[in-house]
Amino acid sequence: MAGLELLSDQGYRVDGRRAGELRKIQARMGVFAQADGSAYIEQGNTKALAVVYGPHEIRGSRARALPDRALVNCQYSSATFSTGERKRRPHGDRKSCEMGLQLRQTFEAAILTQLHPRSQIDIYVQVLQADGGTYAACVNAATLAVLDAGVPMRDFVCACSAGFVDSTALADLSHVEEAAGGPQLALALLPASGQIALLEMDARLHEDHLEQVLEAAARAARDVHTLLDRVVRQHVREASVLLGD
Amino acid sequence: MAMEMRLPVARKPLSESVGRDTKKHLVVPGDTITTDTGFMRGHGTYMGEEKLIASVAGSVERVNKLICVKALKTRYNGEVGDIVVGRITERRRSAEDELAMRGFLQEGDLISAEVQAVFSDGAVSLHTRSLKYGKLGQGVLVQVSPSLVKRQKTHFHDLPCGASVILGNNGFIWIYPTPEHKEEDAGAFSANLEPVSLADREVISRLRNCIVSLVTQRVMLYDTSILYCYEASLPHQIKDLLKPEIMEEVVMETRQRLLEQEG
Repeated sequence: MAGLELLSDQGYRVDGRRAGELRKIQARMGVFAQADGSAYIEQGNTKALAVVYGPHEIRGSRARALPDRALVNCQYSSATFSTGERKRRPHGDRKSCEMGLQLRQTFEAAILTQLHPRSQIDIYVQVLQADGGTYAACVNAATLAVLDAGVPMRDFVCACSAGFVDSTALADLSHVEEAAGGPQLALALLPASGQIALLEMDARLHEDHLEQVLEAAARAARDVHTLLDRVVRQHVREASVLLGD
Repeated sequence: MAMEMRLPVARKPLSESVGRDTKKHLVVPGDTITTDTGFMRGHGTYMGEEKLIASVAGSVERVNKLICVKALKTRYNGEVGDIVVGRITERRRSAEDELAMRGFLQEGDLISAEVQAVFSDGAVSLHTRSLKYGKLGQGVLVQVSPSLVKRQKTHFHDLPCGASVILGNNGFIWIYPTPEHKEEDAGAFSANLEPVSLADREVISRLRNCIVSLVTQRVMLYDTSILYCYEASLPHQIKDLLKPEIMEEVVMETRQRLLEQEG
């Protein structure tokens, strides 16, 4: 078979990882002082920035206000320099709109919107460098940003992508693995309860394999949760030490 | 004109500068705080399958039977009796409103008021019934996070350095020159537009920079902390107070004095 071997005989992937191994994740909260909440995350070479404003009064038409809960408004944008070829339209194109919608569905499930009726919560995510797993990086960054803003959430939302090659499920796909054309699944999970916030796949996968891929994605999302949990606790500890009493 | 430029530097982890032993119970959303159902749940928590679960990242505070989680940064939650400072963005256009408010408070005015009632959806109703509240004239507004404003008996302070502050619970802080005559207080319905002397303006600018320094180092704001910070900042020039290293030095000194005063 010509071309790239996504999974070698010894079980190594293109970048040297094992099948279920995540890329290196580094995250930081509170990167912008002006926004209510902000966070930056790097998953391997994928870099995403998330900013949260709110909850505040509904901007624009008052008619959109929901009487019993808050409106969650998500916008996804990927920088023109984020991909190999320069992108001409950073936002407003179909993919951005779809991502924005998916992010909104994900966060409407996690944020306790009933606590802020007739308000609006804005989540803006920007991808600075896209190397696969952009949806997951966006969700993870947005979770940290929402936490930083103090908006009440049911639980963390941790996301990860997964694929299927040679009867093995791969977790956290990089761009090379995504471009290879195999099935890819994106999963957003609420770790404490194990509930799924969003599950998305638009490829063909035999139903017998679905269980395996889903399991790999869930395990990877829990690993992401462990890391994000550590980041948040560190941040809270630092800030509360300063505040003293 | 001389300009100063700085390159970005990595932020130092803040915990090493203060050696405090905190025994706070820190939680993140999804953490179970307690499985004891006898507690009442306050802000920052929710009930999920017989357990009390945190919904924000912060420290757990327990007052008798009430458990709440205090997040680091929150939107302001109105409580009855709070003092707030804000700008009028929109007025309700009704007949009796026009009669009552005509000529007094216009859109765009900065006012101080007290929270009279809180509605179930979080909206608050304000009143400016005493002469203490009302339109604010000349001064400087500083916006900080509401979680940094300490709850005290009074939020109107006349500082001995020559200016007065109003510490709004919503995070809006108003610094203004102390009026000479006690009868016309900060509010009323006509703004005092007489020119403010240079000395007063310097005091106000210094206070503003002190408050900004305290906020960047996450120190709680109340009259004593602001005053100590002002006194610690006197050796420096007002504009130097915005430089990170001077900010740290001044706030460190303020913290020391506050600790001494407590112990």
